[in-house]
Amino acid sequence: MARAFTPKVITANDLIAGDVIYQTADDRWSRDLAEAELITDEAHAQLRLLDAVRQASKVVGAYLADVRPGPNGPEPVHFREDFRRTGPSNYAHGKQETSPQPRA
Amino acid sequence: MYRYSEFDTAFLAARNAQFRAQVERRIDGSLTEDEFKPLRLMNGLYLQLHAYMLRVAIPYGTLNSAQMRKLAYLAETWDKGYGHFTTRQNIQYNWPKLSDVPDMLDALAEVGLHAIQTSGNTIRNVTADHFAGAAADEVADPRPYAELLRQWSTDHPEFQFMPRKFKIAITGSANDRAVIKAHDIGLQLVERDGVLGARVIVGGGLGRTPMIGQELSPFVSFDDLLAYLEATVSVWNQIGRRDNKYKARIKITVFEHGIDAIRAKVNERFLKVRGQFKGADMALLDRIKAHFAPPEFVQNGQSGFEDAYRTDNIFRSWVDTNIAAHKRDDHAIVTISLKAHGATPGDATAEQMRVMADLAECYAYDELRISHEQNVILPHVPRAHLHAIFKALQENGLSTANIGLISDIIACPGMDYCALATARSIPVAQQIATRFEELKLEHEIGALKIKISGCINACGHHHVGHIGILGLDRAGVENYQITLGGDATETATIGERTGPGFAYDQIVPAIERIVETYLDQRLDREESFIETYRRVGMAPFKAALYPEARADAA
Ligand code: SF4
Repeated sequence: MARAFTPKVITANDLIAGDVIYQTADDRWSRDLAEAELITDEAHAQLRLLDAVRQASKVVGAYLADVRPGPNGPEPVHFREDFRRTGPSNYAHGKQETSPQPRA
Repeated sequence: MYRYSEFDTAFLAARNAQFRAQVERRIDGSLTEDEFKPLRLMNGLYLQLHAYMLRVAIPYGTLNSAQMRKLAYLAETWDKGYGHFTTRQNIQYNWPKLSDVPDMLDALAEVGLHAIQTSGNTIRNVTADHFAGAAADEVADPRPYAELLRQWSTDHPEFQFMPRKFKIAITGSANDRAVIKAHDIGLQLVERDGVLGARVIVGGGLGRTPMIGQELSPFVSFDDLLAYLEATVSVWNQIGRRDNKYKARIKITVFEHGIDAIRAKVNERFLKVRGQFKGADMALLDRIKAHFAPPEFVQNGQSGFEDAYRTDNIFRSWVDTNIAAHKRDDHAIVTISLKAHGATPGDATAEQMRVMADLAECYAYDELRISHEQNVILPHVPRAHLHAIFKALQENGLSTANIGLISDIIACPGMDYCALATARSIPVAQQIATRFEELKLEHEIGALKIKISGCINACGHHHVGHIGILGLDRAGVENYQITLGGDATETATIGERTGPGFAYDQIVPAIERIVETYLDQRLDREESFIETYRRVGMAPFKAALYPEARADAA
């Protein structure tokens, strides 16, 4: 039996700034994971990924990342995604400069 | 130091213009990322976790003050006000925008710096002993040869698409400070019957399969060296494995074929290519050498030093820890620590870079070096100026007296920046340094090298740390493996694993137990950590790290 599909978001890096971005349900790219479209269906995930990959002049390296639903939107499952949504731990640079995101 | 010829300058300008056009075509959508990626990598531009990263080469780790000031200028104009010096004598900028990178490269070109061959399957930035030209123990300054190698390998048509990247390190001294045995090729300058040449080591490397390099030849005279190296690289280029990225480095080729077979093939190839060199390289070397002529040293450079040394305790401690012997008694080599306790190893702010540039210009014949240990060096300092230099460093957070001690940690960027990382390394380094500073044990512990990598690629050289730490991802949690007994010098050794790894919040206590064990086991203060480890072996350290295992066995 195929493994059950776990919830995902589509994430990438912005072409110019290089920072981490997330695809929203209304087809924007947000800097904030909480705004990302929570995808719970595998076929839909593949379609959305195709949409993302097609936007080559805006985004780089789009992929599906595991998340779990939380009260304020998707939450990262893996620590790598937690760092990506926050920024480095040695300086308050990256997303921490603009929107403080508590580490899980 | 080496000054660019007109040819170099034109080459760099053309190369930068070409990349600028490529960036424009990427931004307007006419190049896909798949097409653009190899082009940006050829120009040192990576995409990391949170942003692009530009890696700038500092050939053989040598800079003048104008170059250092330019690095500072880049940091504050296009980055977040700092830069990160790496274990390969490069500087990395962690936050550039893609659209700014062409301007950054043009700015660098104004002072003869660039990002070429800091990435990709090419011959990378040739690294050298950071004390080159100044060390009391060297046969000759290795940098002219490093520069010759740089010119030979840059854009060499045969070496643009090799099985894998290729790293060369060179030292002029038997005391190896350039980790030559952990490079694809390591060169040690030696003199034989009055003739200068090099001992050639091949097949070293860290990463997934760490190996200590082996001697390919005990002596190749200089006029044959380029031909010999070309033969070595082309033998590998021909028989090296392209089927598997992890088996592509020359260390695997040497391992699979054996050093004797490789030597035979190199010798055969050498005889074929030797004729093509016809001494042109030696004429070039002579021209290059002129650029590396030692400065005109002031006489009696020590006056006034003794008084300051006697009266200022903090200065004395810094001198005792951060100063190395210069080939002239009245001069010294100063290592400026970029490892303030709790700071990110290898980071310097734009302001600090400027201070170091000013000090070099004012007091130290305008020369700076970057070490693979992520510190900055003033290679030629009249002792008379040491106190003034120390005072200026003190005012700028640069006077930490910890060179070679437990807090002088090499740490790669790890998962705070690097897209390949499996765990963080910077905060581990910060916490270890802070902890031992709290304990006030650092000077009591003495010489001890901790090296940390955030994945098996081993940019943090963990295999050759006296204590090595490797960050891994174990079932979705950061986990840190420890190795002991590694050595990065002429007695290079790969460290041995202690056993199961430690969680992120357990790694600092684990290091503390190792250090306590050392303090407990050592014969006296004279016996360093690595000497104690070699004498008593792994057992007492294991017992301290894994008390439960001992209980089970009892
Ligand atoms: S060792 Fe790994 S994590 Fe560290 S810089 Fe190298 S590739 Fe990145």
